[in-house]
Amino acid sequence: MLLKPLLRHAFLLLAALLAGRSTAQHGTPDHGGDHAGPAAAEAHAGAPAAKFNAGDLIMGHVGDEHGWHLWGHTSLPLPVILYNSERGLSVFSSARFDHGHRTYGGYALHEGMVVAVNAPDGTDAHQAVVDQRLTEATLDLSITKNVATMIVVSALLLWVFISVARAYGRRAGQAPTGLQNLVEPIILFVRDDVAKSAIGHKYEKYLPYLLTAFFFIFFGNLLGLVPFFPGGANLTGNIAVTGVLALITFIIVTVNGNRHYWQHIFAMPGVPGWVLAILTPVEVLGMFLKPFVLMIRLFANITAGHIIALSFYSLIFVFGETSAGAGYGVAIGSWAFTVFMFMLELLVAFIQAYVFTFLSAMYIGAAVEEPHHH
Amino acid sequence: MPFLASLVNPSIGLIFWMSLTFVTVLFLLAKFAWKPILNGLKEREASIADALNEAKRAREEMATMSARNEELMRAAREEREQLLKEAREIRDREIAAAKDKAKAEAEALLARARTDIRNEKNAALHEMKNQVAELSILVAERILKEKLADSKAQQALVDKVMAEAQLRRS
Repeated sequence: MLLKPLLRHAFLLLAALLAGRSTAQHGTPDHGGDHAGPAAAEAHAGAPAAKFNAGDLIMGHVGDEHGWHLWGHTSLPLPVILYNSERGLSVFSSARFDHGHRTYGGYALHEGMVVAVNAPDGTDAHQAVVDQRLTEATLDLSITKNVATMIVVSALLLWVFISVARAYGRRAGQAPTGLQNLVEPIILFVRDDVAKSAIGHKYEKYLPYLLTAFFFIFFGNLLGLVPFFPGGANLTGNIAVTGVLALITFIIVTVNGNRHYWQHIFAMPGVPGWVLAILTPVEVLGMFLKPFVLMIRLFANITAGHIIALSFYSLIFVFGETSAGAGYGVAIGSWAFTVFMFMLELLVAFIQAYVFTFLSAMYIGAAVEEPHHH
Repeated sequence: MPFLASLVNPSIGLIFWMSLTFVTVLFLLAKFAWKPILNGLKEREASIADALNEAKRAREEMATMSARNEELMRAAREEREQLLKEAREIRDREIAAAKDKAKAEAEALLARARTDIRNEKNAALHEMKNQVAELSILVAERILKEKLADSKAQQALVDKVMAEAQLRRS
Protein backbone atom coordinates (compact mmCIF):
# COMPACT_ATOMS: atom_id res chain seq x y z
CA MET A 1 0.00 0.00 0.00
CA LEU A 2 2.97 2.28 0.60
CA LEU A 3 4.32 1.63 -2.86
CA LYS A 4 1.30 2.87 -4.73
CA PRO A 5 1.28 6.49 -3.61
CA LEU A 6 5.02 6.58 -4.23
CA LEU A 7 4.53 5.34 -7.77
CA ARG A 8 1.72 7.79 -8.21
CA HIS A 9 3.85 10.72 -7.19
CA ALA A 10 6.73 9.60 -9.35
CA PHE A 11 4.59 9.36 -12.42
CA LEU A 12 2.61 12.48 -11.72
CA LEU A 13 5.99 14.19 -11.69
CA LEU A 14 6.88 12.52 -14.95
CA ALA A 15 3.59 13.60 -16.44
CA ALA A 16 4.13 17.11 -15.23
CA LEU A 17 7.56 17.13 -16.86
CA LEU A 18 6.11 15.87 -20.10
CA ALA A 19 3.38 18.46 -19.88
CA GLY A 20 6.00 21.09 -19.25
CA ARG A 21 7.88 20.00 -22.32
CA SER A 22 4.73 20.09 -24.31
CA THR A 23 3.96 23.68 -23.39
CA ALA A 24 7.46 24.59 -24.25
CA GLN A 25 6.96 23.10 -27.68
CA HIS A 26 3.59 24.67 -27.90
CA GLY A 27 5.02 27.81 -29.46
CA THR A 28 4.08 26.82 -33.00
CA PRO A 29 0.95 28.89 -33.55
CA ASP A 30 -0.98 26.48 -35.74
CA HIS A 31 -1.41 23.95 -32.91
CA GLY A 32 -3.31 26.36 -30.73
CA GLY A 33 -6.50 24.50 -29.91
CA ASP A 34 -5.61 21.07 -31.13
CA HIS A 35 -5.24 18.41 -28.53
CA ALA A 36 -6.72 15.55 -30.47
CA GLY A 37 -3.53 13.51 -30.36
CA PRO A 38 -0.57 12.95 -32.62
CA ALA A 39 -2.54 11.68 -35.58
CA ALA A 40 -4.64 14.81 -35.73
CA ALA A 41 -1.56 16.92 -35.25
CA GLU A 42 0.12 15.17 -38.12
CA ALA A 43 -2.88 15.48 -40.34
CA HIS A 44 -3.17 19.18 -39.69
CA ALA A 45 -2.66 21.15 -42.88
CA GLY A 46 0.67 22.84 -43.33
CA ALA A 47 2.37 21.39 -40.26
CA PRO A 48 5.65 19.98 -41.53
CA ALA A 49 6.43 16.67 -39.73
CA ALA A 50 4.93 17.67 -36.41
CA LYS A 51 6.69 16.24 -33.39
CA PHE A 52 4.89 13.91 -31.06
CA ASN A 53 3.55 15.78 -28.07
CA ALA A 54 2.98 13.54 -25.07
CA GLY A 55 1.60 16.31 -22.88
CA ASP A 56 -1.06 17.20 -25.43
CA LEU A 57 -1.99 13.57 -25.84
CA ILE A 58 -2.28 12.91 -22.14
CA MET A 59 -4.05 16.11 -21.25
CA GLY A 60 -6.36 15.69 -24.22
CA HIS A 61 -7.38 12.32 -22.88
CA VAL A 62 -7.76 13.14 -19.23
CA GLY A 63 -9.49 16.45 -19.92
CA ASP A 64 -12.84 17.20 -21.42
CA GLU A 65 -13.60 18.03 -25.04
CA HIS A 66 -16.35 19.26 -27.31
CA GLY A 67 -17.05 16.32 -29.56
CA TRP A 68 -15.81 12.83 -28.86
CA HIS A 69 -12.52 11.95 -30.48
CA LEU A 70 -12.79 8.39 -31.79
CA TRP A 71 -9.63 7.78 -33.85
CA GLY A 72 -7.33 9.63 -36.18
CA HIS A 73 -9.20 12.59 -37.52
CA THR A 74 -12.65 11.22 -36.72
CA SER A 75 -14.73 12.62 -33.90
CA LEU A 76 -18.28 11.98 -32.83
CA PRO A 77 -19.96 15.41 -32.96
CA LEU A 78 -21.78 16.40 -29.79
CA PRO A 79 -24.17 19.29 -29.22
CA VAL A 80 -22.63 22.60 -28.20
CA ILE A 81 -25.01 24.59 -26.00
CA LEU A 82 -24.04 28.17 -25.23
CA TYR A 83 -25.88 31.00 -23.59
CA ASN A 84 -25.17 34.62 -22.97
CA SER A 85 -27.50 37.56 -22.62
CA GLU A 86 -26.11 39.23 -25.76
CA ARG A 87 -26.50 36.42 -28.27
CA GLY A 88 -29.09 34.31 -26.45
CA LEU A 89 -29.07 30.52 -26.66
CA SER A 90 -26.93 28.90 -29.35
CA VAL A 91 -27.18 25.19 -30.02
CA PHE A 92 -25.16 23.56 -32.78
CA SER A 93 -23.02 20.52 -33.50
CA SER A 94 -19.43 20.48 -32.36
CA ALA A 95 -18.51 19.38 -35.90
CA ARG A 96 -19.05 23.04 -36.95
CA PHE A 97 -15.83 23.93 -35.16
CA ASP A 98 -13.93 21.48 -37.41
CA HIS A 99 -11.71 20.22 -34.58
CA GLY A 100 -11.18 23.74 -33.39
CA HIS A 101 -9.97 25.10 -36.73
CA ARG A 102 -13.06 27.07 -37.68
CA THR A 103 -15.33 29.56 -36.00
CA TYR A 104 -19.08 29.15 -35.92
CA GLY A 105 -21.94 31.36 -34.75
CA GLY A 106 -19.50 33.81 -33.26
CA TYR A 107 -17.71 31.17 -31.21
CA ALA A 108 -14.51 29.19 -31.58
CA LEU A 109 -12.58 26.60 -29.66
CA HIS A 110 -9.43 27.82 -28.04
CA GLU A 111 -7.38 25.22 -26.15
CA GLY A 112 -10.50 23.14 -25.85
CA MET A 113 -12.53 25.98 -24.36
CA VAL A 114 -15.31 27.78 -26.16
CA VAL A 115 -14.51 31.44 -26.67
CA ALA A 116 -16.62 34.19 -28.14
CA VAL A 117 -15.10 35.75 -31.26
CA ASN A 118 -16.12 38.49 -33.60
CA ALA A 119 -15.63 36.79 -36.93
CA PRO A 120 -17.90 35.36 -39.65
CA ASP A 121 -18.56 31.59 -39.66
CA GLY A 122 -15.80 29.44 -41.05
CA THR A 123 -12.94 31.81 -40.30
CA ASP A 124 -9.70 30.19 -39.23
CA ALA A 125 -10.10 29.96 -35.48
CA HIS A 126 -6.51 31.02 -34.82
CA GLN A 127 -6.94 34.23 -36.77
CA ALA A 128 -10.18 35.19 -35.04
CA VAL A 129 -10.07 37.89 -32.36
CA VAL A 130 -11.29 36.64 -28.97
CA ASP A 131 -13.94 38.73 -27.23
CA GLN A 132 -12.69 38.32 -23.68
CA ARG A 133 -15.63 40.09 -22.01
CA LEU A 134 -18.27 38.07 -23.85
CA THR A 135 -16.35 34.84 -23.33
CA GLU A 136 -16.50 35.35 -19.60
CA ALA A 137 -20.22 36.11 -19.78
CA THR A 138 -20.96 32.96 -21.80
CA LEU A 139 -22.37 29.95 -20.07
CA ASP A 140 -21.13 26.72 -21.69
CA LEU A 141 -23.69 23.96 -21.13
CA SER A 142 -22.44 21.82 -24.00
CA ILE A 143 -22.81 18.09 -24.05
CA THR A 144 -19.10 17.45 -23.85
CA LYS A 145 -17.35 14.09 -23.93
CA ASN A 146 -17.73 13.80 -20.16
CA VAL A 147 -21.41 14.72 -20.22
CA ALA A 148 -21.95 12.13 -22.95
CA THR A 149 -20.06 9.55 -20.87
CA MET A 150 -22.17 10.53 -17.89
CA ILE A 151 -25.26 9.81 -19.97
CA VAL A 152 -23.80 6.47 -21.07
CA VAL A 153 -23.03 5.57 -17.44
CA SER A 154 -26.51 6.63 -16.37
CA ALA A 155 -28.12 4.62 -19.14
CA LEU A 156 -26.01 1.62 -18.17
CA LEU A 157 -26.95 2.04 -14.52
CA LEU A 158 -30.63 2.33 -15.30
CA TRP A 159 -30.58 -0.60 -17.68
CA VAL A 160 -28.59 -2.88 -15.38
CA PHE A 161 -30.41 -2.11 -12.16
CA ILE A 162 -33.93 -1.82 -13.46
CA SER A 163 -33.57 -5.17 -15.22
CA VAL A 164 -32.09 -6.61 -12.04
CA ALA A 165 -34.98 -5.13 -10.07
CA ARG A 166 -37.36 -6.87 -12.46
CA ALA A 167 -35.57 -10.13 -11.80
CA TYR A 168 -36.30 -9.69 -8.10
CA GLY A 169 -39.98 -9.32 -8.87
CA ARG A 170 -40.02 -12.20 -11.32
CA ARG A 171 -37.99 -14.59 -9.25
CA ALA A 172 -39.07 -13.51 -5.78
CA GLY A 173 -37.52 -15.62 -3.06
CA GLN A 174 -35.44 -17.63 -5.49
CA ALA A 175 -31.69 -17.77 -5.92
CA PRO A 176 -30.28 -14.99 -8.14
CA THR A 177 -29.21 -15.74 -11.70
CA GLY A 178 -27.28 -13.97 -14.43
CA LEU A 179 -26.87 -10.23 -14.08
CA GLN A 180 -28.69 -10.32 -10.78
CA ASN A 181 -26.11 -12.78 -9.52
CA LEU A 182 -23.30 -10.50 -10.68
CA VAL A 183 -24.46 -7.32 -8.96
CA GLU A 184 -26.13 -8.78 -5.90
CA PRO A 185 -22.93 -9.43 -3.95
CA ILE A 186 -21.85 -5.84 -4.59
CA ILE A 187 -25.23 -4.49 -3.50
CA LEU A 188 -25.01 -6.63 -0.38
CA PHE A 189 -21.45 -5.43 0.17
CA VAL A 190 -22.55 -1.79 0.00
CA ARG A 191 -25.53 -2.49 2.21
CA ASP A 192 -23.83 -4.58 4.87
CA ASP A 193 -20.20 -3.51 4.88
CA VAL A 194 -20.63 0.13 3.95
CA ALA A 195 -24.03 1.43 4.98
CA LYS A 196 -24.85 -0.82 7.91
CA SER A 197 -21.39 -0.83 9.42
CA ALA A 198 -20.81 2.92 9.07
CA ILE A 199 -24.27 4.36 9.73
CA GLY A 200 -25.92 1.83 11.99
CA HIS A 201 -29.59 1.04 12.22
CA LYS A 202 -30.71 4.16 10.31
CA TYR A 203 -28.83 3.07 7.20
CA GLU A 204 -31.85 2.31 5.04
CA LYS A 205 -32.71 5.95 4.41
CA TYR A 206 -29.26 6.63 2.93
CA LEU A 207 -28.83 3.39 1.07
CA PRO A 208 -30.26 4.60 -2.27
CA TYR A 209 -27.73 7.45 -2.39
CA LEU A 210 -24.82 5.25 -1.33
CA LEU A 211 -25.70 2.57 -3.86
CA THR A 212 -26.17 5.08 -6.65
CA ALA A 213 -22.92 6.86 -5.82
CA PHE A 214 -21.04 3.58 -5.57
CA PHE A 215 -22.24 2.21 -8.87
CA PHE A 216 -22.00 5.56 -10.64
CA ILE A 217 -18.35 5.84 -9.63
CA PHE A 218 -17.64 2.17 -10.23
CA PHE A 219 -19.20 2.12 -13.69
CA GLY A 220 -17.58 5.47 -14.51
CA ASN A 221 -14.19 4.15 -13.41
CA LEU A 222 -14.55 0.98 -15.43
CA LEU A 223 -15.79 2.82 -18.49
CA GLY A 224 -12.80 5.13 -18.18
CA LEU A 225 -10.52 2.10 -18.47
CA VAL A 226 -12.06 1.00 -21.76
CA PRO A 227 -9.70 2.56 -24.29
CA PHE A 228 -12.22 2.99 -27.12
CA PHE A 229 -15.70 4.43 -27.63
CA PRO A 230 -17.89 4.63 -25.55
CA GLY A 231 -15.17 4.43 -22.90
CA GLY A 232 -11.97 6.33 -22.53
CA ALA A 233 -13.35 9.49 -21.01
CA ASN A 234 -12.00 10.52 -17.64
CA LEU A 235 -15.42 11.01 -16.09
CA THR A 236 -14.71 10.09 -12.47
CA GLY A 237 -11.34 11.81 -12.75
CA ASN A 238 -13.07 15.08 -13.47
CA ILE A 239 -13.14 17.47 -10.59
CA ALA A 240 -16.61 18.81 -11.46
CA VAL A 241 -18.05 15.29 -11.34
CA THR A 242 -16.37 14.31 -8.09
CA GLY A 243 -17.21 17.76 -6.72
CA VAL A 244 -20.93 17.30 -7.33
CA LEU A 245 -20.84 13.87 -5.70
CA ALA A 246 -18.98 15.27 -2.70
CA LEU A 247 -21.41 18.17 -2.53
CA ILE A 248 -24.37 15.79 -2.37
CA THR A 249 -22.69 13.94 0.49
CA PHE A 250 -22.11 17.29 2.20
CA ILE A 251 -25.76 18.28 1.74
CA ILE A 252 -26.98 14.94 3.11
CA VAL A 253 -24.68 15.23 6.12
CA THR A 254 -25.64 18.84 6.81
CA VAL A 255 -29.37 18.36 6.38
CA ASN A 256 -29.47 15.20 8.47
CA GLY A 257 -27.02 16.27 11.14
CA ASN A 258 -28.65 15.90 14.53
CA ARG A 259 -28.20 17.89 17.73
CA HIS A 260 -25.40 15.64 18.81
CA TYR A 261 -23.50 16.28 15.56
CA TRP A 262 -23.79 20.05 15.70
CA GLN A 263 -22.95 20.05 19.36
CA HIS A 264 -19.73 18.24 18.61
CA ILE A 265 -18.83 20.83 16.01
CA PHE A 266 -19.70 24.03 17.84
CA ALA A 267 -19.44 23.05 21.47
CA MET A 268 -17.59 19.82 22.00
CA PRO A 269 -18.85 18.58 25.35
CA GLY A 270 -16.33 18.19 28.12
CA VAL A 271 -13.83 20.62 26.63
CA PRO A 272 -12.88 23.83 28.46
CA GLY A 273 -13.88 27.16 26.91
CA TRP A 274 -10.45 28.32 25.83
CA VAL A 275 -9.81 25.05 23.98
CA LEU A 276 -13.16 25.45 22.24
CA ALA A 277 -11.88 28.70 20.77
CA ILE A 278 -9.31 26.63 18.88
CA LEU A 279 -11.33 23.48 18.44
CA THR A 280 -14.52 24.97 17.01
CA PRO A 281 -12.84 26.63 14.00
CA VAL A 282 -11.01 23.37 13.33
CA GLU A 283 -14.25 21.41 13.52
CA VAL A 284 -16.05 23.87 11.27
CA LEU A 285 -13.19 23.69 8.81
CA GLY A 286 -13.33 19.91 9.03
CA MET A 287 -17.00 20.00 8.10
CA PHE A 288 -16.06 21.43 4.72
CA LEU A 289 -12.74 19.69 4.45
CA LYS A 290 -14.25 16.21 4.53
CA PRO A 291 -16.29 16.56 1.32
CA PHE A 292 -13.42 18.52 -0.23
CA VAL A 293 -11.08 15.64 0.43
CA LEU A 294 -13.67 13.23 -0.98
CA MET A 295 -13.69 15.26 -4.17
CA ILE A 296 -9.89 15.48 -4.45
CA ARG A 297 -9.24 11.85 -3.61
CA LEU A 298 -11.43 10.41 -6.33
CA PHE A 299 -10.34 12.99 -8.89
CA ALA A 300 -6.64 12.53 -8.20
CA ASN A 301 -6.70 8.74 -8.06
CA ILE A 302 -8.51 8.25 -11.30
CA THR A 303 -6.74 11.02 -13.17
CA ALA A 304 -3.37 9.77 -11.97
CA GLY A 305 -4.19 6.28 -13.21
CA HIS A 306 -5.06 7.63 -16.65
CA ILE A 307 -1.96 9.78 -16.76
CA ILE A 308 0.33 6.89 -15.85
CA ALA A 309 -1.10 4.53 -18.44
CA LEU A 310 -0.94 7.20 -21.11
CA SER A 311 2.59 8.21 -20.09
CA PHE A 312 3.79 4.72 -20.75
CA TYR A 313 2.16 4.65 -24.13
CA SER A 314 3.65 8.04 -24.88
CA LEU A 315 7.09 6.73 -24.02
CA ILE A 316 6.82 4.39 -27.00
CA PHE A 317 6.26 7.29 -29.36
CA VAL A 318 8.80 9.55 -27.67
CA PHE A 319 11.47 6.90 -28.18
CA GLY A 320 10.04 5.94 -31.54
CA GLU A 321 10.80 9.45 -32.74
CA THR A 322 14.50 9.07 -32.03
CA SER A 323 14.67 5.65 -33.70
CA ALA A 324 12.16 3.00 -34.65
CA GLY A 325 14.20 0.33 -32.86
CA ALA A 326 14.13 2.24 -29.59
CA GLY A 327 10.38 2.65 -30.03
CA TYR A 328 9.81 -1.07 -30.41
CA GLY A 329 12.21 -1.82 -27.56
CA VAL A 330 10.46 0.53 -25.20
CA ALA A 331 7.11 -0.72 -26.45
CA ILE A 332 7.62 -4.11 -24.81
CA GLY A 333 8.38 -2.64 -21.41
CA SER A 334 5.68 -0.02 -21.76
CA TRP A 335 3.17 -2.58 -22.80
CA ALA A 336 4.00 -4.83 -19.87
CA PHE A 337 3.85 -1.98 -17.41
CA THR A 338 0.63 -0.66 -18.85
CA VAL A 339 -0.95 -4.09 -18.50
CA PHE A 340 0.18 -4.07 -14.89
CA MET A 341 -1.21 -0.56 -14.44
CA PHE A 342 -4.44 -1.63 -16.05
CA MET A 343 -4.83 -4.46 -13.54
CA LEU A 344 -4.05 -2.04 -10.76
CA GLU A 345 -6.59 0.41 -12.13
CA LEU A 346 -9.25 -2.30 -12.21
CA LEU A 347 -8.63 -2.71 -8.52
CA VAL A 348 -8.54 1.04 -8.01
CA ALA A 349 -11.86 1.37 -9.86
CA PHE A 350 -13.47 -0.72 -7.18
CA ILE A 351 -11.46 0.60 -4.26
CA GLN A 352 -12.12 4.24 -5.05
CA ALA A 353 -15.83 3.64 -5.49
CA TYR A 354 -15.74 1.82 -2.15
CA VAL A 355 -13.67 4.48 -0.42
CA PHE A 356 -15.89 7.31 -1.62
CA THR A 357 -19.04 5.49 -0.57
CA PHE A 358 -17.61 4.30 2.70
CA LEU A 359 -16.33 7.71 3.72
CA SER A 360 -19.65 9.28 2.71
CA ALA A 361 -21.37 6.67 4.87
CA MET A 362 -18.97 7.45 7.73
CA TYR A 363 -19.75 11.16 7.55
CA ILE A 364 -23.47 10.44 7.41
CA GLY A 365 -23.03 8.01 10.26
CA ALA A 366 -21.29 10.65 12.35
CA ALA A 367 -24.09 13.11 11.57
CA VAL A 368 -26.98 10.86 12.54
CA GLU A 369 -25.28 8.99 15.37
CA GLU A 370 -27.14 8.99 18.67
CA PRO A 371 -25.18 10.25 21.66
CA HIS A 372 -23.29 7.52 23.48
CA HIS A 373 -23.74 7.03 27.16
CA HIS A 374 -20.23 7.48 28.40
CA MET B 1 0.51 25.01 -17.54
CA PRO B 2 -2.95 25.81 -18.83
CA PHE B 3 -3.99 22.14 -19.13
CA LEU B 4 -3.27 21.37 -15.53
CA ALA B 5 -5.25 24.45 -14.59
CA SER B 6 -8.17 23.24 -16.66
CA LEU B 7 -7.90 19.89 -14.92
CA VAL B 8 -8.51 21.31 -11.46
CA ASN B 9 -10.99 24.01 -12.47
CA PRO B 10 -14.46 22.52 -12.47
CA SER B 11 -16.47 23.68 -15.46
CA ILE B 12 -19.92 25.12 -14.84
CA GLY B 13 -21.48 23.12 -17.65
CA LEU B 14 -20.22 19.84 -16.27
CA ILE B 15 -21.38 20.73 -12.75
CA PHE B 16 -24.79 21.54 -14.15
CA TRP B 17 -25.10 18.33 -16.17
CA MET B 18 -23.62 16.20 -13.45
CA SER B 19 -26.07 17.53 -10.86
CA LEU B 20 -29.00 17.10 -13.20
CA THR B 21 -27.97 13.64 -14.39
CA PHE B 22 -26.98 12.30 -11.03
CA VAL B 23 -30.07 13.53 -9.21
CA THR B 24 -32.28 12.12 -11.99
CA VAL B 25 -30.47 8.79 -11.94
CA LEU B 26 -30.62 8.74 -8.15
CA PHE B 27 -34.35 9.37 -8.21
CA LEU B 28 -35.05 6.83 -10.95
CA LEU B 29 -32.86 4.15 -9.42
CA ALA B 30 -34.24 4.74 -5.94
CA LYS B 31 -37.77 4.35 -7.20
CA PHE B 32 -37.41 1.65 -9.84
CA ALA B 33 -34.32 -0.26 -8.84
CA TRP B 34 -33.15 0.07 -5.26
CA LYS B 35 -36.58 -0.20 -3.71
CA PRO B 36 -37.56 -3.47 -5.41
CA ILE B 37 -34.03 -4.86 -5.14
CA LEU B 38 -33.64 -4.09 -1.45
CA ASN B 39 -37.15 -5.28 -0.70
CA GLY B 40 -36.52 -8.43 -2.70
CA LEU B 41 -33.29 -9.04 -0.82
CA LYS B 42 -34.96 -8.44 2.51
CA GLU B 43 -37.82 -10.75 1.62
CA ARG B 44 -35.46 -13.43 0.41
CA GLU B 45 -33.36 -13.13 3.55
CA ALA B 46 -36.49 -13.36 5.67
CA SER B 47 -37.70 -16.39 3.74
CA ILE B 48 -34.30 -18.05 4.04
CA ALA B 49 -34.25 -17.34 7.76
CA ASP B 50 -37.77 -18.74 8.01
CA ALA B 51 -36.83 -21.82 6.05
CA LEU B 52 -33.82 -22.37 8.28
CA ASN B 53 -35.92 -21.99 11.40
CA GLU B 54 -38.47 -24.33 9.92
CA ALA B 55 -35.80 -26.88 9.17
CA LYS B 56 -34.43 -26.53 12.67
CA ARG B 57 -37.88 -27.03 14.14
CA ALA B 58 -38.50 -30.03 11.92
CA ARG B 59 -35.17 -31.45 12.98
CA GLU B 60 -36.04 -30.95 16.62
CA GLU B 61 -39.43 -32.51 16.05
CA MET B 62 -37.76 -35.44 14.36
CA ALA B 63 -35.44 -35.78 17.31
CA THR B 64 -38.28 -35.79 19.82
CA MET B 65 -40.23 -38.16 17.62
CA SER B 66 -37.35 -40.56 17.33
CA ALA B 67 -36.86 -40.31 21.09
CA ARG B 68 -40.50 -41.17 21.50
CA ASN B 69 -40.15 -44.03 19.07
CA GLU B 70 -37.16 -45.26 20.99
CA GLU B 71 -39.19 -45.06 24.17
CA LEU B 72 -42.03 -46.98 22.55
CA MET B 73 -39.65 -49.59 21.23
CA ARG B 74 -38.07 -49.93 24.61
CA ALA B 75 -41.46 -50.30 26.27
CA ALA B 76 -42.51 -52.86 23.69
CA ARG B 77 -39.31 -54.77 24.23
CA GLU B 78 -39.80 -54.70 27.97
CA GLU B 79 -43.35 -55.89 27.61
CA ARG B 80 -42.24 -58.72 25.40
CA GLU B 81 -39.61 -59.67 27.94
CA GLN B 82 -42.25 -59.55 30.63
CA LEU B 83 -44.63 -61.70 28.63
CA LEU B 84 -41.94 -64.19 27.82
CA LYS B 85 -40.91 -64.31 31.43
CA GLU B 86 -44.47 -64.86 32.53
CA ALA B 87 -44.96 -67.53 29.93
CA ARG B 88 -41.84 -69.24 31.08
CA GLU B 89 -42.98 -69.08 34.66
CA ILE B 90 -46.37 -70.46 33.76
CA ARG B 91 -44.80 -73.27 31.81
CA ASP B 92 -42.41 -74.06 34.62
CA ARG B 93 -45.22 -74.04 37.07
CA GLU B 94 -47.34 -76.31 34.92
CA ILE B 95 -44.52 -78.68 34.37
CA ALA B 96 -43.80 -78.75 38.11
CA ALA B 97 -47.44 -79.32 38.89
CA ALA B 98 -47.64 -82.09 36.33
CA LYS B 99 -44.51 -83.68 37.76
CA ASP B 100 -45.90 -83.47 41.28
CA LYS B 101 -49.15 -85.00 40.18
CA ALA B 102 -47.44 -87.79 38.36
CA LYS B 103 -45.24 -88.45 41.34
CA ALA B 104 -48.21 -88.51 43.69
CA GLU B 105 -50.05 -90.82 41.41
CA ALA B 106 -47.06 -93.10 41.13
CA GLU B 107 -46.70 -93.12 44.88
CA ALA B 108 -50.39 -93.85 45.36
CA LEU B 109 -50.05 -96.66 42.89
CA LEU B 110 -47.05 -98.01 44.68
CA ALA B 111 -48.80 -97.71 48.03
CA ARG B 112 -51.79 -99.60 46.73
CA ALA B 113 -49.56 -102.21 45.23
CA ARG B 114 -47.75 -102.56 48.52
CA THR B 115 -51.04 -102.90 50.43
CA ASP B 116 -52.24 -105.45 47.95
CA ILE B 117 -49.05 -107.38 48.26
CA ARG B 118 -49.28 -107.27 52.05
CA ASN B 119 -52.91 -108.35 51.99
CA GLU B 120 -52.13 -111.19 49.63
CA LYS B 121 -49.23 -112.18 51.79
CA ASN B 122 -51.41 -112.10 54.92
CA ALA B 123 -54.11 -114.08 53.17
CA ALA B 124 -51.54 -116.60 52.01
CA LEU B 125 -50.07 -116.84 55.48
CA HIS B 126 -53.53 -117.22 56.98
CA GLU B 127 -54.36 -119.97 54.57
CA MET B 128 -51.06 -121.65 55.21
CA LYS B 129 -51.72 -121.50 58.98
CA ASN B 130 -55.18 -122.97 58.49
CA GLN B 131 -53.82 -125.72 56.33
CA VAL B 132 -50.98 -126.40 58.83
CA ALA B 133 -53.62 -126.49 61.63
CA GLU B 134 -55.85 -128.83 59.66
CA LEU B 135 -52.87 -130.98 58.85
CA SER B 136 -51.81 -131.00 62.51
CA ILE B 137 -55.31 -131.91 63.62
CA LEU B 138 -55.40 -134.59 60.99
CA VAL B 139 -52.03 -135.87 62.11
CA ALA B 140 -53.01 -135.65 65.74
CA GLU B 141 -56.27 -137.41 65.04
CA ARG B 142 -54.44 -140.25 63.34
CA ILE B 143 -51.93 -140.45 66.18
CA LEU B 144 -54.67 -140.34 68.76
CA LYS B 145 -56.63 -142.94 66.87
CA GLU B 146 -53.58 -145.15 66.85
CA LYS B 147 -52.68 -144.54 70.51
CA LEU B 148 -56.11 -144.73 72.06
CA ALA B 149 -57.26 -147.81 70.30
CA ASP B 150 -57.60 -149.90 73.67
CA SER B 151 -59.48 -148.85 76.68
CA LYS B 152 -56.55 -149.06 78.95
CA ALA B 153 -54.61 -146.54 77.19
CA GLN B 154 -57.67 -144.34 77.21
CA GLN B 155 -57.93 -144.69 81.01
CA ALA B 156 -54.32 -143.89 81.43
CA LEU B 157 -54.65 -140.72 79.43
CA VAL B 158 -57.70 -139.66 81.33
CA ASP B 159 -55.86 -140.18 84.53
CA LYS B 160 -52.91 -138.24 83.33
CA VAL B 161 -55.02 -135.31 82.15
CA MET B 162 -56.90 -135.33 85.39
CA ALA B 163 -53.68 -135.30 87.27
CA GLU B 164 -52.38 -132.46 85.34
CA ALA B 165 -55.58 -130.54 85.68
CA GLN B 166 -55.42 -131.01 89.38
CA LEU B 167 -51.90 -129.95 89.49
CA ARG B 168 -52.64 -126.75 87.55
CA ARG B 169 -55.63 -125.95 89.85
CA SER B 170 -53.56 -126.24 92.97
